[in-house]
Amino acid sequence: MSDITAATTAEAAGDRLDKNWMIDKGLQALMFICGFSAIIFVLGIFIFVFKEGAEFVAHKMDFAEFFFSPKWRPTSLSNPTYGILALIAGTAAITALSMAICLPFSLGAAVFIGEFAKGKTREYLKILIELLAAIPSVVWGFIGLAIMNPFIIKTFDVPIGLNVLNSSLILALMAAPIVTSLAEDALKAVPDAYREAAEALGATRWQMIYKVIIPAAKNGLLSAALLGVGRAFGETMAVLMASGHSINMPTSMFDSVRALTATIAAELGETPVGSDHYQALFAIGIFLFIITFVINLAADLIVRGVRKG
Amino acid sequence: MVSQAARAGDSAKKGAANRKVKLSVRNLTIRYGDVVALNNANLDIYENEVMGVIGPANSGKTSFLNAINRMSDMRSNMTVEGEITFNGVNIRDWRNVYALRSRIGVVFPLPVGLPMTIYDNVTLSPRLRGITDKRVLDETVERCLTRAALWDEVKDRLNHLGSMLSGGQQQRLTIARALSQDPDLLMLDEFSIAVDPVTTMRIEDVLKELKSQMTIILVTNLVQQANRLADRTSFFLNGEHVETGETEALFEGRTQDQRTRDYIEGRFG
Repeated sequence: MSDITAATTAEAAGDRLDKNWMIDKGLQALMFICGFSAIIFVLGIFIFVFKEGAEFVAHKMDFAEFFFSPKWRPTSLSNPTYGILALIAGTAAITALSMAICLPFSLGAAVFIGEFAKGKTREYLKILIELLAAIPSVVWGFIGLAIMNPFIIKTFDVPIGLNVLNSSLILALMAAPIVTSLAEDALKAVPDAYREAAEALGATRWQMIYKVIIPAAKNGLLSAALLGVGRAFGETMAVLMASGHSINMPTSMFDSVRALTATIAAELGETPVGSDHYQALFAIGIFLFIITFVINLAADLIVRGVRKG
Repeated sequence: MVSQAARAGDSAKKGAANRKVKLSVRNLTIRYGDVVALNNANLDIYENEVMGVIGPANSGKTSFLNAINRMSDMRSNMTVEGEITFNGVNIRDWRNVYALRSRIGVVFPLPVGLPMTIYDNVTLSPRLRGITDKRVLDETVERCLTRAALWDEVKDRLNHLGSMLSGGQQQRLTIARALSQDPDLLMLDEFSIAVDPVTTMRIEDVLKELKSQMTIILVTNLVQQANRLADRTSFFLNGEHVETGETEALFEGRTQDQRTRDYIEGRFG
């Protein structure tokens, strides 16, 4: 008798949509909306930027002039030209030099935190480095303007301290925390069994890191570096303040330059909506968007490579 | 049965008196913080013997191995007291701990195929010691993989990733890698835990061959594995070295301590 009752109840339970079931479905839907909204926002930004710049790109832009002329004179009344070569060169110079400064230090810091530092030292270092990431970019720009500028003028005896070197140093400091913590994560993902195996083979600390740990973490380290590049490339405010913001094909690290991002930030507010200049700025935006997209995609593909291999 | 007879013959030939001590352990105490992992162990391991180490989990077997090749140096909370003498020299007197470790091969419970090619896995140790001659390295790879009974299976794909091999193959790769440094002493820590029975038997055959060339410490949780392979067997229990004796004697019930007998006969643990 009681057995039959139990069986019927169990069957009925299989059909009843109880509270747990509803909470589960409800949360699933909520998560779906949250996840999906991210895609919608990114897509929305993408479409907006493209819409504003599309007309210029399609009808008015001279590709050769845009990419190969260093003359960015959008406000000229008689003959406005829209060449971004100097801006590309400025961004490239700053990004390259900042990464040359940032990567060795960041990787070194990551190796130290991940493989050498112990206990408290390690915890404090991690907190400090993450704190570095929390400093707003305008503060970095201020440091570039108020501290680095006179320092570079005095040290190197150059007329202007707002230049490639200044903004690269600032950017290196800004990218370092990101690169360091991502690189450290990559090192931490290497199983301890590898370390023990290398130790047991008589590898020294350095041999273990150099021959086993770093090759094993290679992809993660590479993607950390690429995200650092993306950070340096996309930074605006600090670069605007520290680079000198003058249109120049840089020939040395003491030349003032102007970056793509800084140009948009500085000029967009002063152009009539829909004008050629306005649209040209959006064309730069499209260009930046594509490049950052490629960098992020590359980083992502590399990390995927890690999981597979 | 044949191997048992052969083993008995071997140990009779050597004779108890003129056996050379490879590793001598005196008053060895290992602690992790305040927790004692091994308390005051004393034993000798002779050259070219297989020393089986048996005992339930947490009895200090792995800690014992870690103390021998001074892996304890890297672990800040692990302290080792007492004396371990290897080849007649106290291991603390080896100023270059890396040289000490390169005399001792280690095989871990879980196979560790390093994420590099099979070739690079086996040549890692020689390359760490600065050998770059391709012919020497090629020869090392073939010799060590053959000795580890893996050569036939991987000789056509030496450039494949070592970490992609199956568990049993990776374990033999680990053994080949341990052999690549021509160790005097090979320490295996429960090597068969992640390996199928057929591969286990193959590796056991390999170990029987290797015995003529080196001393082997075999930590195992399979009592019968110790019976099959070990010349002498030590029983560890809860951080205590209970006793060491001829394997045959122990398995015939001639133990000094009742607990050893109970463990071997499966009455606990």
